[in-house]
Amino acid sequence: MTAITTEAPSPRRGLLARRGSRDAIFLAGLVVAVLFVAPLVWTAITSVKPPAEASAAPPTGLPSRIDGANYETLTTYGEGILAYLANSVVVSAITIMGTLLIGTLAGYGFSRFSFPLKNVAFIVILATLMIPFQSVVIPLFVVLKQLGLTNSLLGVALVYITFQLPFSVFVMRNAFDKVPRELEESALVDGCSQGRMLRSVMLPLVMPGVVTIGLFAFLAAWNEFFAALILLTNQKSFTLPILLLSARQGLWNNIDWGALQAGVTITMIPCLVFYVVLQRYYVSGLSAGAVKG
Amino acid sequence: MAVGQLAHGASGIGTGRRSRWERRRSLTGFLFVLPALVIVGIFFLIPLGFAIWMSLTRWNIAGFQEFVGLANYEAILGDRQFRSAVLFTTVYTLVVTVLTFLIGFALALLVRAEERRLVVLRTMFYLPVVIGTAVGSFIFLWLFNDQVGAVNGVLRALGIIDQNIVWLANPETAFITLIAMITWKSAGFAMIVLLIGMQAVPADLYESARVDGASGRQQMWHITVPLIRPTIALVIILLVTGSYLAFDQFYIITRGGPNNSTITAVYWIYNQAFIGFKLGYATAMSVVLMAFLIVLSAIQLRLLRRDATEV
Repeated sequence: MTAITTEAPSPRRGLLARRGSRDAIFLAGLVVAVLFVAPLVWTAITSVKPPAEASAAPPTGLPSRIDGANYETLTTYGEGILAYLANSVVVSAITIMGTLLIGTLAGYGFSRFSFPLKNVAFIVILATLMIPFQSVVIPLFVVLKQLGLTNSLLGVALVYITFQLPFSVFVMRNAFDKVPRELEESALVDGCSQGRMLRSVMLPLVMPGVVTIGLFAFLAAWNEFFAALILLTNQKSFTLPILLLSARQGLWNNIDWGALQAGVTITMIPCLVFYVVLQRYYVSGLSAGAVKG
Repeated sequence: MAVGQLAHGASGIGTGRRSRWERRRSLTGFLFVLPALVIVGIFFLIPLGFAIWMSLTRWNIAGFQEFVGLANYEAILGDRQFRSAVLFTTVYTLVVTVLTFLIGFALALLVRAEERRLVVLRTMFYLPVVIGTAVGSFIFLWLFNDQVGAVNGVLRALGIIDQNIVWLANPETAFITLIAMITWKSAGFAMIVLLIGMQAVPADLYESARVDGASGRQQMWHITVPLIRPTIALVIILLVTGSYLAFDQFYIITRGGPNNSTITAVYWIYNQAFIGFKLGYATAMSVVLMAFLIVLSAIQLRLLRRDATEV
């Protein structure tokens, strides 16, 4: 910022000074950014330490050798880590598919059609965003129990779908709004059925929106803790975040720090990978939300 | 819906056919939206209405016991733990909102220029946001552990402390642990949303300010801050609401301790519902919390609107 002066400096010097201050800003940022990432990296490193080193007090530095023992320990907990990983994958997959299907259909309906009470319906769906999940969780628990959906991965996924819908419907409605009406009209004139037109003409055009809501649905379902804690009480149906809790609650007596870090690493890596790969869809989703706000 | 009807409607053939076409088309639209309405109805609207009813009853693990009118709400007034939980949650919310906002704002200023290397920094700042509060809490439970944690190790190596701090043993240091975790986890979120707001400010405003000799600081206070005010308000509303509903980190890191000093409102509701099985009473508390948050958001939104029109 200091490089900006009122008098025009010689172009060369101004450019150099500006580049110098930019480098300084970048370096300062880099130091802070490394601090932000350090806990994640340190967790992953600790997970491959031999168990004794992972639980050493005071903590040790880099691992003396790469060791998979902490991950092996996880396979002995309860049903074994793979069973809980599978639970998390199932819950996330149902949540993603349900959100994509229901959100896309509703987005299309709100974008292209008019019907009585359309605005009321839209507001009702968006209201889910304004009223926190935490305030309906107890009656929701009672309702799901009536439906036999407690301790059910499907039940948890349906709850996640519900709370992903306002954002997803909003994003998809905007995505369809941007597609020119002439496109679908000419497809229909050409003898394309409504279903085929949606699939082969519209869907490719709103794909960025679909990826965005799918990514948000994944992150929400994979990481969610509060509803899973309340709705999944049978150890067999635990998702990964709830499984990790068993370590905290002393189910295994002393906390096995190495195994905990291995579990944390398994849980966080899919989120980090999906986020980094699909980042631009994530930011466009946030922009949509921020503009609305 | 049969082929070509859309085209017929557009070309406007006879009014009788047109209205029938419109009726069918409106039904089609409704059918597209129906699945979403059914899901929201079953898993949100019914529980919401049910919450009001449950809050007027005595309801335990066996189900409905008796209708008690407003007795649960009266009991809330005399519940000292609920009152202290709300007070604690308010203090927590204030600290988290101020800290996260300031750090997020500073980070946004740091990385807002359009440079490739700064985009890498943005990603690094954002990584803690995507891993989930529960996972972040497990990491900080470990980092702040008095025996095996890296925080004591680093502080000792730097000569700042010479004895391990037992972070979770007293209320103040436990509070610091919780604040450190949530600030680390949400500063990137505040940064990205503020950045989106900053990028919407027309670049030529800065250009002409620079020509007029405005310093970087002046540009920030007279251009950036006033123009992104709606974004600032959005970030603050999200931080306030999120903090008032905090649960995961308290359940995982401190378990409400030491000496019940870190029990939040939602934690107490959870405790009464699923440990004490007073489901009716706990529902009444969540109705109060919900009403409180709606009013709080409305007030914040109104302040934002007024600010926005003043600018």
